[in-house]
Amino acid sequence: MSKEGGLVAETQLELRGITASYEHGGLVLNDVSLTVGKGEIISIIGPSGSGKSTLLRVLVGLLKPSQGTVLLDGDTIDYDRRSHLKRVRDRLAIVFQQFNLFQNMTALANVTVTPTKIRGEAKAAVRERAIALLRRVGLGDKLNAYPDELSGGQQQRVALARALALQPEILLLDEVTSALDPEMVNEVLDAIRGLAHEGITLIIVSHEMAFVREVSDRVVMMADGAVVEIGPPAQIFDAPQTQRCRDFVGKILKH
Amino acid sequence: MGTHGLSQFEIFFTWQNALLWLRATGITLSMAALGCGLGFILASLLVYLRTWPSLLLLPVRLLVVAYVEIFRRIPFLVLIFLVLFGTRAMGLRMELFWVACISVTVMATAFIAEIVRAGYESVHRTQWESAAVMNFGRLRTVLLVVLPQAWTVIVPPAFSYFVMFIKETSLASQVGVYELMQTGKYFNNIGVSPALSFGTTLAIYFALSYPLTRLGWRIERRLKHRFRRPGGDDGLPTTRVLAGV
Repeated sequence: MSKEGGLVAETQLELRGITASYEHGGLVLNDVSLTVGKGEIISIIGPSGSGKSTLLRVLVGLLKPSQGTVLLDGDTIDYDRRSHLKRVRDRLAIVFQQFNLFQNMTALANVTVTPTKIRGEAKAAVRERAIALLRRVGLGDKLNAYPDELSGGQQQRVALARALALQPEILLLDEVTSALDPEMVNEVLDAIRGLAHEGITLIIVSHEMAFVREVSDRVVMMADGAVVEIGPPAQIFDAPQTQRCRDFVGKILKH
Repeated sequence: MGTHGLSQFEIFFTWQNALLWLRATGITLSMAALGCGLGFILASLLVYLRTWPSLLLLPVRLLVVAYVEIFRRIPFLVLIFLVLFGTRAMGLRMELFWVACISVTVMATAFIAEIVRAGYESVHRTQWESAAVMNFGRLRTVLLVVLPQAWTVIVPPAFSYFVMFIKETSLASQVGVYELMQTGKYFNNIGVSPALSFGTTLAIYFALSYPLTRLGWRIERRLKHRFRRPGGDDGLPTTRVLAGV
C-alpha cells in the first residue's frame, strides 16, 4: 500500500505494522506501515497528537514499538540490543521540535561534540566542517554563542547543522519550523531544500503545507496514530481519496 | 600547676606553638578536603550506579539507597568509632589521621550523593535523549552533558557541606587526632587557660569557615549568573575534575 508514489528506487527503511504506546498508557501508534526509498523525501502531516513525532521517536530508538518491525536496508532493528541501536543511530540524525541543544556548549561545540568525542573523527576537519555548516545556516557569527543566548530560530538552525555534521543517510525533521520567527522559516526551508538535492533521505514532520507540497516525493497523512493516506503531494492535496484526509487538507489549506 | 613559674603567656606564645597550630589547621583542613573530594568522586559513582536503568542492578541500587539513608543519619562521632574499631578488627592499624579521613569520606559520600542526584534530576530529560540518539554512552552523557549542567545545582550545597565537615572533624579529637580541637585540649592540659586554649581553637575555626562561606556565596552568585562558561579551545566544557569518575 505504500508504493503508490512510484518514485521509490531502493527501499531503505521499512516499517511493518508498528504499534507503540507510552508507559503511562495510551496507544500512540496503531499498525503503521510505510516504506521509504533511498533519497526519498517523505513528509508526514496530520493534526497534533496524531502520532507523527512519536513515529520519529520510534525510528531513532527512543521508543520501542510493542508490535511490528522496523527494517533498515532489510535488517530488522532489534530494539533490545544496544549494538543494533547504535548502528542505526550512526546512520540517522534527528532535529527535534524543541532543538534540544546541549545547554552547556557553544553552538560550535554542539556541532562538533559528537563527531569528535563520540566518533573519534579528526578535530580540525570536524571543526572546519562545522563552521561551514553553521555559515550555511546563517550563523557564522554565532559560533561561540550558547543556546540561551540564541533565539529559537537560531537554535533550530544550530540543531540542523548539528544533525548534518553527523553526515546521516536519513535525516528526520520534527516540525523544525514551528518554533521559528516567520522571517526565519524560509531560511531554514531553503537549507532543507538544498539537502533535497544532495540525495539524503528526508522524513519531515511539518505543518508548512506549501513546503511539503513543493519538496516531498510522497506525503503521509496520519490521524489518531494511524496512517490515513499515502500518496504523492498532488494526490494528497488536490485529490485526497479518504474523507479524513479531505477534511484535514481542506481545513488546513483554507488558512 | 607544673608551669615552673612561667606565665601561661610565656608558655603559649612561642614560634614552636605557632607551628603546632599551623600543623593542626592543616590536619583539620586536609581531613575535610580529602573527605569531601573523595566523597564527591564516590558519590558521583554511587549516583551513576543508582540511576543505571538496567534491572540487573536493582540490588546495587537498593544498596546505594540504603547507604545514603543510613550514613546521613548516624552521628559523626559514632561513625569515627565504627571506622576505628572496624579497621582494628580487620587487623589494619592505620594512623588515626587516616581513620578520621575515612570517616569524613564515608559521611561526605552519603551527603553529597543526595545533591549529585538532585543535580542530575535538574537536567532535562531531553538532554539525555539528544545524547542518546547521537550514540553517547551513559558515561559520556554524564561527563559531557549532564554534570556540566548539574554543576550549578551541586556546587553551592557541596560547598556548605565542606564548611560543615570542617567543623565536624573536631570530633576526631575524641580518638586522638591532633587537629585543632585536640591541640586546644593539649594546651589546656599543660596549663594554658581554657580561654586562651579554646579561644585560639575557636578563632581558627572561624577564620577558616567564614571566608569559605563567603566564597561559597560568591560562587553561588556567579553560577546563577552564568554557569556555562567553559574552558577548552572549541568551547567544550572542562570536565577534567571528573575525569577519574
